[in-house]
Amino acid sequence: MTALLHRAGQTLLVLFGVSVLVFGVFFATPGADPTARIAGRNASPQIMEKVRHEYGFDRPLPVQYVIMMKKLFITRDLASYANRGERVVPEIMQAAPVTACLVCGAAFIWVTMSIAMGTVAAAMKDTWVDRGLMMLGLVGISIPVFWLGEVANLVTQNRYHDTWLFSWVPGLGYVPFSQSPLGWFRALVIPWTVLAVMFIGIYSRVLRTDLVTLAGEDFIRTAHAKGLSPIRVLLWHGLRTSMVTFVSLFGMDFAQLVGGGALLTEVVFGLPGVGRLTYRALTTLDLPVIMATVMYSAVFVVLANAAVDVIYVFLDPRVRDAS
Amino acid sequence: MCSLTHGCVMPADPTIPLLDVSDLCVSFPAGGRMVPIVEHVSFTLPEAGILGLVGESGSGKSVTAMAIMGLIDTPGVRVSGSVRFRGRELVGLPPRQIRRLRGRDIAMIFQDPMTAFTPVYTIGWQIDEQIRAHERISRTQARARTVRILGEMGVPDPERMARRYPHQLSGGLRQRAMIAMALSCNPTLLIADEPTTALDVTVQAQILDLIRSLRGTYGSSVLLITHDMGVVAQTCDSTLVLYSGRVAETGPSDRVFSHPGHPYTAALLDSIPPLYGPRPDRLPAIAGAPPVPMARPPGCAFGPRCAHVHAACTTTPPALLPLGPDHEAACVLPAEGTPLPPRTAADWPIDTIGDACP
Ligand SMILES: Nc1ncnc2c1ncn2[C@@H]1O[C@H](COP(=O)(O)OP(=O)(O)OP(=O)(O)O)[C@@H](O)[C@H]1O
Ligand code: SF4
Ligand SMILES: [Mg+2]
Repeated sequence: MTALLHRAGQTLLVLFGVSVLVFGVFFATPGADPTARIAGRNASPQIMEKVRHEYGFDRPLPVQYVIMMKKLFITRDLASYANRGERVVPEIMQAAPVTACLVCGAAFIWVTMSIAMGTVAAAMKDTWVDRGLMMLGLVGISIPVFWLGEVANLVTQNRYHDTWLFSWVPGLGYVPFSQSPLGWFRALVIPWTVLAVMFIGIYSRVLRTDLVTLAGEDFIRTAHAKGLSPIRVLLWHGLRTSMVTFVSLFGMDFAQLVGGGALLTEVVFGLPGVGRLTYRALTTLDLPVIMATVMYSAVFVVLANAAVDVIYVFLDPRVRDAS
Repeated sequence: MCSLTHGCVMPADPTIPLLDVSDLCVSFPAGGRMVPIVEHVSFTLPEAGILGLVGESGSGKSVTAMAIMGLIDTPGVRVSGSVRFRGRELVGLPPRQIRRLRGRDIAMIFQDPMTAFTPVYTIGWQIDEQIRAHERISRTQARARTVRILGEMGVPDPERMARRYPHQLSGGLRQRAMIAMALSCNPTLLIADEPTTALDVTVQAQILDLIRSLRGTYGSSVLLITHDMGVVAQTCDSTLVLYSGRVAETGPSDRVFSHPGHPYTAALLDSIPPLYGPRPDRLPAIAGAPPVPMARPPGCAFGPRCAHVHAACTTTPPALLPLGPDHEAACVLPAEGTPLPPRTAADWPIDTIGDACP
């Protein structure tokens, strides 16, 4: 329990550090006037004056920092001037569930698939099944997600859309779960798969290597000497122990995807998530949105890492005692 | 010994030794050919006997033990000869059948208790798992037996210890837990592969005491693997000295210790550390190193290090020749009429042998 509190305190500290860093990068870089950047290109002097006053750019840096954090997290009225005063935070809050659905679904696919592939490959080490699966994994790793998405679109939206195989595929875009669960599933299943492919490749290869290494460990030999079946040794002793490495890897990838790393997939499939929001803001140089999404992703990465640490504690008794 | 909780492989027949290994050979593929690691090893282990398997690092002790258990899974390995457990041939037995013997009739404990338990489960869980792999009993019954055996193995507060994870126990306790796990299904044969090497001296002595007491309390036979002649002297009724994958000498411990027939055995005996005081990790060096398995000399494998080497030794590996009842050595000296001198009682720890071998 104290360990958890300790961990929570640490997380808050990291979040504070990240926010200062992000603020520093965007607003405290010497030689650049943040007013002009927020107001956007070709802003009138009145708007410049309004922005300067609103953000306190005529006051000391710590005050500016507090104002900015207030606008981000408390009053949530940070507005985009490039986009005619649209409020940024609600926009992110709208985009977040889309990203969350996309990433969670993909994560489910890649975790189950890679565990299945990695375990089967390790169990059939050095057979053609093993080699085939690992080749497949390598192919998955080397395909760029953007290209794969475009090809998937081409096949399911245009070329073969009218065949029985793909006629169920809806047009690009998102359908909220609350509106139609089936529509939600149909809209997401292809993006899920496309996003998961590379991770299936990485994770199944990592897991296979891990399991094969573990097979030489003393405790695996003990498990065999106990008279357990090979399958039980592989799953209950090998795989269970591998999960420790697996989860730490997973935590990092999951966090960065939720924090906007699924940008390409969102853009290709027209999903209005955080990644696409960032993408749009980047193309229009919309500073408040960029900053808000960066801040938001940082928060997510840190929180997801904290969550992984908690899972870790449950998975590995040695970590439990060390903390 | 037949336990009531499970059926026996075969009724205990006093005329059939518990374990009868004959002409066991193990070779591994390396560099495009088969390299013999264990060659023509034969020995028998009677019910409730303790046999010491001694030899330097790399002499093939672990490989012999793993071959008996059918645990060598290196691709391309070749195991030949015969291993009879209560008259039943184990070499070539289908995996499913040998698995039923493992852990139930033949159990094994390993050198390093640190790494021999799966780190993510409690000690109790792992012992329960072995019991439930072989017997149809409930979780609570299995746990009750686990706690009882842990207690019998001298683990303090066994109920709480069963809920501990391996890394939370000291090396000595972990080895006791390992022995408890090995004994959990009441096996007739326990193979202990250097069970005390990783432990410090006082704990070593305790664990050896425990192993010695097993035949009284559980009626178990023990195949004790070690590279320490002192351990053999304290523990075993009979001794088998392995050199470079071949049997150098075998016989009842008191005979081997008082009348060594092989210069290697004699050298090992010279290197027994003082009975009291620290015992080194490895045998004090006999000058030189054993030949690598890929390049054994054509004659006696010990030739390059032997003080008595002569022309007769270098042509073919010397055969095992009987020296006395159940006592054999693979050396040409006795047959040539120049056997090694017997050793006096002062040379070796006779008291301990007297204790261990009634
Ligand atoms: N799976 C394997 N494949 C190839 N060679 C092996 C294999 N296992 C063991 N060996 C070789 O067999 C020889 C004997 O090994 P073994 O582990 O039986 O020695 P040991 O007598 O138990 O030594 P130690 O005292 O160090 O435990 C060594 O040279 C080793 O390299
Ligand atoms: S056979 Fe020859 S070389 Fe080998 S141990 Fe005997 S005397 Fe020494
Ligand atoms: Mg060994």
